[in-house]
Amino acid sequence: MGIIAAKAKLSKTAPVMRKYRALIHRQQDTPVQPDISVKHLNKVYADGFSALKDINLDIKPGEIFALLGPNGAGKTTLISIICGIVNLSDGEVKAAGYDIVKDYRRARESIGLVPQELNTDSFETVWDAVSFSRGLFGKPPAPDHIEKVLKDLSLWDKRNNRIMSLSGGMKRRVMIAKALSHEPRILFLDEPTAGVDVELRRDMWEMVRKLRANGVTIILTTHYIEEAEEMADRIGVIREGEIILVEDKTRLMSKLGKKELRLHLQNPLDKIPGQLALEPVDLSEDGYELIYTFDSQQEQAGVARLLRTLGEMGIEFRDIQTRESSLEEIFVGLVNE
Amino acid sequence: MNLYGVRAIYKFEMARMRRTLMQSVASPVISTSLYFVVFGSAIGSRMGDIDNISYGAYIIPGLVMLSLLMQSISNASFGIYMPKFSGTIYEVLSAPVSYVEVVLGYVGAAATKSVILGIIILITAKLFVDYDVLHPFWMFAFLVLTAITFSLFGFIIGIWADGFEKLQIVPLMIVTPLVFLGGTFYSIDMLPEVWQTISLFNPVVYLISGFRWAFYGVSDVHVGISVGMTLLFLTACMVAVWWIFKTGYRLRS
Repeated sequence: MGIIAAKAKLSKTAPVMRKYRALIHRQQDTPVQPDISVKHLNKVYADGFSALKDINLDIKPGEIFALLGPNGAGKTTLISIICGIVNLSDGEVKAAGYDIVKDYRRARESIGLVPQELNTDSFETVWDAVSFSRGLFGKPPAPDHIEKVLKDLSLWDKRNNRIMSLSGGMKRRVMIAKALSHEPRILFLDEPTAGVDVELRRDMWEMVRKLRANGVTIILTTHYIEEAEEMADRIGVIREGEIILVEDKTRLMSKLGKKELRLHLQNPLDKIPGQLALEPVDLSEDGYELIYTFDSQQEQAGVARLLRTLGEMGIEFRDIQTRESSLEEIFVGLVNE
Repeated sequence: MNLYGVRAIYKFEMARMRRTLMQSVASPVISTSLYFVVFGSAIGSRMGDIDNISYGAYIIPGLVMLSLLMQSISNASFGIYMPKFSGTIYEVLSAPVSYVEVVLGYVGAAATKSVILGIIILITAKLFVDYDVLHPFWMFAFLVLTAITFSLFGFIIGIWADGFEKLQIVPLMIVTPLVFLGGTFYSIDMLPEVWQTISLFNPVVYLISGFRWAFYGVSDVHVGISVGMTLLFLTACMVAVWWIFKTGYRLRS
């Protein structure tokens, strides 16, 4: 069998193997080689600005990892180093088990990148642009695969259109199609839904879920915390070039999240009664709402005690509401610490 | 070696040529043809022969070289500058391609375009001036070698440039004067001795001289020196490109 034919065959089996690998990993929960491994990574730019400081991070196969951080925190620098666009100053980075410097070909073959900016060639057709990307990443032409990618991204009808004639949302889809053209096992999405409408955002979320189901590891940076909340398995927070937290999303929300109990009173209060002075209770301006805040993980005795005390004081309420803090509130709390 | 990657870059660049035929081909062919009409047919008929070659035929190698140098630099510099300008360079930088493969793709395409253009200009010249090629193999070898060398030079300019102005400065402010003063329209033997010596510091003299030798068997300097100087410049450009990719100069921060 010729090398090209063998490559084409391997290319067809790759998604199946990836899916299998991710499935085995999830079921057995055994330690597997991370798809991305970052050890003691530092980046100091020529002007002396230290963009990344001793970053250590492992990203597991088949997970969706959301990297959150304020503007200038180092998210894009980190992604750019892993993808080979920016040189690292110190440390070690591996992608799919391959060192990104010493074994850059194999490392980069496994990565697809959707950058933040809409950087596309204006005069190329959609089909040519996506085919170009596949060739650039060392893959033989595969019209069937390109067709599937374009159909999945609702770009098939536009395949012969020049990119300059497309809307912003469509151009964003082209960027994703280019990143998927060479069937990467790891996909970086740097602010993928910035500036796209709600419908497209939902489409993209759906596409990301499908990719994950096929075993693709996805690293997502986003300003839309709801996006991370909706999709991510794990969350990493970066601030001023340092990773300050990496946690399973549900664990993070239960660990750092707050719960709020709102009691809508029958009659307004002038001030918080003395019996409740030691409780974490606030009173709304109009006096009609008592707001009790407590940790998600805290034992629930506080709520029972509060209700009992109110009953003893004859304070009646007509409604009760509870609310958990969102990832956004947790994120804001973390980066403002 | 990532041959698919090289092919992708090469095809992309050649497609740009097809999209811009007027600018890439028609424009330099027309402007060079004007030289043939004015200096070859009109003024040339009133000029004496140089080295027993009619003036119109004498200037052909120099004029072809002028177009070849300008187009090689322009094609290659624009080819690598545009992805930098538009931001699409991220894709090349993040792809599993070595710098040799990147250079093969961009410079290979730029040189191919220039050689095609050079051949079209030579065919067009036949319409206005009668000329012969004494050493066709060497003529083609000079054409290809010069196209590759100056495409590499253009590639370096494209990486160095951080604006469209810089992209134009070297071809217009340096290369054009060097070509005009490098014996395109005259033999350097016709200059006063001091200027002959100064001319020998002009690298284009060696290119035009060697190219003209391939046409008519006459040259200002020995053809071996011409080949040697071209290879020296080619080596210098290759070292510069190697350094650019090693350090990431203006490509990777």
